[in-house]
Amino acid sequence: MVTTEDVWAALAEVPDPEIPDISLVDLGVIKSVSVDGERVRVEFTPTFLGCPALEHMQLEMTAAIERAGGQPQIDVVLDDSWSTDRITPEGREKLRLAGFAPPAPRPVGKLELVQLQHGFSCPYCGSKDTRLDNLFGPTPCRSIRYCESCRQPFEQFKTI
Amino acid sequence: MSERTDLLLSFADDELVLGWRNSEWTGIAPFLEEDVAFSSIAQNEIGHARALYDLAAAELGTTADELAFDRAPDEYRCAALVQLRRLEWARTIARHWLYETADEIRLAALKESDDPEIAGIAAKMDREEAYHRMHAGMWVDRLLASEEGRRRLNEAVDDLWPYALGVLADEFRPELRRRAEERFDRDLPDVEAVPRGVHEAELAELWKEMTMVRRSAPAGAQW
Repeated sequence: MVTTEDVWAALAEVPDPEIPDISLVDLGVIKSVSVDGERVRVEFTPTFLGCPALEHMQLEMTAAIERAGGQPQIDVVLDDSWSTDRITPEGREKLRLAGFAPPAPRPVGKLELVQLQHGFSCPYCGSKDTRLDNLFGPTPCRSIRYCESCRQPFEQFKTI
Repeated sequence: MSERTDLLLSFADDELVLGWRNSEWTGIAPFLEEDVAFSSIAQNEIGHARALYDLAAAELGTTADELAFDRAPDEYRCAALVQLRRLEWARTIARHWLYETADEIRLAALKESDDPEIAGIAAKMDREEAYHRMHAGMWVDRLLASEEGRRRLNEAVDDLWPYALGVLADEFRPELRRRAEERFDRDLPDVEAVPRGVHEAELAELWKEMTMVRRSAPAGAQW
């Protein structure tokens, strides 16, 4: 019989399709898991609404739960309960090791451009002498930064 | 059709059509960063359109794709502002700022909606739109900093102003005027809004392009 722990363990093995170094659990997009006999219900909160990987994530979750012996039902929750603050501490460290600067914590008030411009650590050399090069990057969830110290461009997960 | 569906379709059509217009800069923006920025903004807007169409589709017993691509051009409810074809750069920035500012006002109201689905999706969209607003604001600052940029931007804002007012319902237009007059530090013309439901000739051309693949595929094709 599949247990809630089995399901969380199975989902922890499902990589993010675009940043495979981190799992969907690390990304914080699994809002809840409930198990009733063989039936498994997962509440899934998308990252960005325009993310082309959302359907792929659902297919991968379905397959992982079936491998664990459950009958999955994935419910997509379209409210704002996901933010980048939901990325786990382990997920943030994995992002950094993969060459992505983790997102800045959400400010209490309104997010302003000036808060994003300076002061983030380069994931390669650790220098804080970095600047925002482009708010937008290769996917909806990333910005482009440049390290003035090691002269390396790098990507940062946007704070949303 | 319920008032709720009407609202969802109007909003979704704005985001879909503007997404297509923004994507017209893909490959030809003045420099690479802007190519990436407008392409990414387009992707977000089309993602928002899909989520809004999904909500409307559940009520109408259809699908998001059918709502996006199987209606006739005169059935779209988008504001005239988003229908205009790719504009020169200062006008693109003027439209970008005017639309994103109007959108912020609209989203703030929808976040307070009694309908939990609408309030939830508005709050989620607003998190992403914050980046569009920062981008538009950055470009307005940049254009206002030079004499030529200021002249071009101001001309564009004046031309687009009646269209921008038409994005919002009457009750929200004074707030858009207040924000725009503060931002551009001058009075804006007292004009009639171009109302929602007016179809510019450019929309029919866009529709042909936007629906071409779907119309040419056999019925029931899966992607």
